[in-house]
Amino acid sequence: MQLLVILLVLAGAVLVVAAPLRPGRQREEDLELAARRAALDAAKEAKYREIRDAEMDFRTGKLSDADWRVTDRALRAEAVELLRQLDDVDGRAEPLP
Amino acid sequence: MLVAGQACLIIALACAVYGIGASLYAATQGQRAWAVSGRRAVYAMAGAAAVAMLILEFAYYRSDFSFALVASNSSTTTPGFYRLTAMWSSQQGSLLLWLFLLGVWSSVILFATRHKLRELQPWATAILLGFGAFFASLLVFGESPFGRSPSPIPSEGVGLEPLLRNPSMMIHPPMLYSGYTMMTIPFAFAAAALITRKLDAEWIRSTRPFMLAAWAFLGFGIMLGARWSFSELGWGGYWAWDPVENASLMPWLTGTAFLHSVMIQERRGMLKIWNVSLVLASGILALLGTFLVRSGVLSSIHAFGASTLGVPFVLLIGAMIVLSIALVVRRAPLLKTEHRLDSLLSREAIFLLNNLVLVALCFVVFWGTFFPLISEAVTGTQSAVGPPWFDRYIVPLALVLVLLTGIGPVIAWRRATAANLRRNLLWPALAGGVLVLALALAGVSGSATALALFGLAGFVVAVIALEFYRGVRARRAMAGEAVPVALVSLVQRNRRRYGGYLVHVGVMVLFVGVAASSSFQAVHDVRISPHQTAKIGSYTFTYVRPTASLHAAANGRLEKISLGAIMRVRRDGGAPVTLDTSKDYFPSQDPTLGPVSRFFDGEATSEVGLKTGALRDLWAAVNPDTSRLAPIIRQGDQVFTKNGAGLTPGQANLFLAEALKGLTASYAKNPPPATFRLLVSPLVTWIWVGGLLILFGAIVAGWPTPRGMARRVSAAYAARVGREVRVPA
Amino acid sequence: MGARRWRSGARRVRNTARVDVSRKRRIRFVVALSAAVLLAVALAYTSFSASSEAKTPSQLASTAQIGKTYQLTGKVVAGYTQVGNTTYFRVRDRSGAASVPVSYAGSLPDPFRAGREVVIDVRKVGGTYVGQKDSLVTKCPSKFSAAPTKRS
Repeated sequence: MQLLVILLVLAGAVLVVAAPLRPGRQREEDLELAARRAALDAAKEAKYREIRDAEMDFRTGKLSDADWRVTDRALRAEAVELLRQLDDVDGRAEPLP
Repeated sequence: MLVAGQACLIIALACAVYGIGASLYAATQGQRAWAVSGRRAVYAMAGAAAVAMLILEFAYYRSDFSFALVASNSSTTTPGFYRLTAMWSSQQGSLLLWLFLLGVWSSVILFATRHKLRELQPWATAILLGFGAFFASLLVFGESPFGRSPSPIPSEGVGLEPLLRNPSMMIHPPMLYSGYTMMTIPFAFAAAALITRKLDAEWIRSTRPFMLAAWAFLGFGIMLGARWSFSELGWGGYWAWDPVENASLMPWLTGTAFLHSVMIQERRGMLKIWNVSLVLASGILALLGTFLVRSGVLSSIHAFGASTLGVPFVLLIGAMIVLSIALVVRRAPLLKTEHRLDSLLSREAIFLLNNLVLVALCFVVFWGTFFPLISEAVTGTQSAVGPPWFDRYIVPLALVLVLLTGIGPVIAWRRATAANLRRNLLWPALAGGVLVLALALAGVSGSATALALFGLAGFVVAVIALEFYRGVRARRAMAGEAVPVALVSLVQRNRRRYGGYLVHVGVMVLFVGVAASSSFQAVHDVRISPHQTAKIGSYTFTYVRPTASLHAAANGRLEKISLGAIMRVRRDGGAPVTLDTSKDYFPSQDPTLGPVSRFFDGEATSEVGLKTGALRDLWAAVNPDTSRLAPIIRQGDQVFTKNGAGLTPGQANLFLAEALKGLTASYAKNPPPATFRLLVSPLVTWIWVGGLLILFGAIVAGWPTPRGMARRVSAAYAARVGREVRVPA
Repeated sequence: MGARRWRSGARRVRNTARVDVSRKRRIRFVVALSAAVLLAVALAYTSFSASSEAKTPSQLASTAQIGKTYQLTGKVVAGYTQVGNTTYFRVRDRSGAASVPVSYAGSLPDPFRAGREVVIDVRKVGGTYVGQKDSLVTKCPSKFSAAPTKRS
């Protein structure tokens, strides 16, 4: 009984761990580009949240109209810059064969 | 199954070691298949640890005393639920629980982020498996839970430490360990981010939820421990500034600091070094907490003598510290701030101050906790500081923190409009002032700091209430929704902000509870006989009558003797409240003692008579005087030894039960005066309510937005299309 | 020529503005650092003066000064008595026989019994040591327990 349990656990562990190493499962990936894109994507999301938060701050009376417009303009400019960088990264992806 | 259990531990260790190798190979050679294999090694390690735990739990459930561990802290008279949870009341079992939880949480998070943070994953996996290998090695080569009992196998176990027979006490370690193990995950990802130079927005976005979950579990675990201490132990307090309590508080404080300062990094790219240091420090402090419970380094309620595990833990923590400092110093040029503080009148500035206060709090706790070692290093003798020293610094810092909590929500990011800020703070400040005045006039005096805290807490709650009001009003202006709908959609669309506000309300409720119960508590130790009374505060406690009973376990054997008292409590003109308190005596297994005196030489626990209330808790703990019973006990022993030789175990049990029944009847009929600790604690329930609110708020704040999730899923699909399109058919 | 003068003037204004801001930042940094140092010094100073030395019974017997509070650690000797609310017991070295008499007013923690290790703040009064209120802590016996023991 004990031996059965040990063998099962051992077999399970080996199978789970070795599965990705079987030949034919390898995939090429441009890690660098994917990472850059992910980082920019996260930054874009954060920037959008900032824009929404600034509007919320204005509507709940923490920012005056003038201050909000200044902040909003600055944030949107930063967002545009992020979108431009994202397009740049997408553009650098390999063209179809 | 002892061998099977040990084998599972060895397999877990092997998986961990393999996984470290595979992940490091993948990280340095860029081989994704090996990275996936390394991650799966985490799953395999978790699985092997789970099987080992199952084997051990099964042995506990069946009271298999061939397991030395089961024999040492369980027994056939231990109730089923506590037999299962007894596993982690031992050193070895608790290490296995730690390994299991580390495996489970690491697996969950590595699986959930398997398509993200691609470059960090292998390094983070290697570090997490490093922790796994450490704990697995301790289990395999040091304190194994699968040791065999020396023959002959005992027929009865020692039994579970009676103090632990309480539901909160059994959930407290898994919650706490979940918090600790989850703190190692952001640590691993932070170190990985530093190694790979990828400390960017994606790292932040992923680390935040890990830290929030760890923080929530840890906080809940601490709260459970405090509640247990108050309602189950006989001293009536919930926090003693004990080294082990402090050790769990420190990573929670640094975690709180991080959850605030990370918002600054997200928006302005500032405080990068600070944030990564906070994450690394939290991981180190979590391991430090794990270490302190089981070492003999500091004199604490939790720590016991010298343990063989001290040295390995010190080495691990030392390695973590060295690695962290080395990484931060080497990558410092990369972590240059992108922007600087625009204005002192901004939420960034307030968060910065909040961080400084939280870190100062952590430092105070750290200094006080390790002072015996510091003083030994400086003066040669160990000296300890007590709670009054802690209070002296914690209280003013906490007051400043509360003040900042009120200003933070109403100040805008980047640069606030001063006029608006003044206007927004005016009404809440007035509310706080009026509250202080009202309380002072109502006679709540005697503690200036408590009054100050009440006023500040009132100020904060008013600020948050206004925030909800203004938010709902803005929502209605923007979308024309009805008030309840507007409230729900407001929170749904701004989960972080409004979840955070809920957490702050919870913290205020908690602080008010702490201030009231520590400053205005009435407690006395009295020695009274039945029908006598004692006056505590404005309440009269009457010792109505004694109680005495025997309790049998599920298998018919005697579990414990209970001697106690019924108390009646009333305030002039109020309805009476009945409290039932007792002391439970569990038998020791010492064969040299007579069968009757065995019951009074084993462990004893207090059952506190507690009446919780919204405004105050009534608390009573009895300490019966068993010295009067000594002659009866001796007599019982003698009778038993004289006549007990020829009895079967069943008959002996019945005889013992009769003898003990006589003993308890004698106590009830002729009770000596008993010592009582009587307590009236105002607003102490607010602490637990506040804790639950904090947890609720954290869940709201951390709940993933469906839009975000959908976006992530479509991003994964898009990535897959991108990949597959490039591979020729 | 006038335009040139205007341009250099503007540059000078810009430069002073930048210097002002960076000086302000430096001042803020210095203030924050001084506050931290002040806290650390206060902490260190008060901790040394407010702490009580940890002593074993044998150390206490030889070096205790009247009126000073010490943190006594040791094992409870068998045979303690209770008179009213006060318990009279002796505490001995963890590994040794030297013991000192202690009196403690208040309810005893649950695990308190002969042979258990205790930690208590005491003050020397005459020939005996008086335990300070609520300072008696009894540790669980040597088997590891994930739970705290009682404090009185």
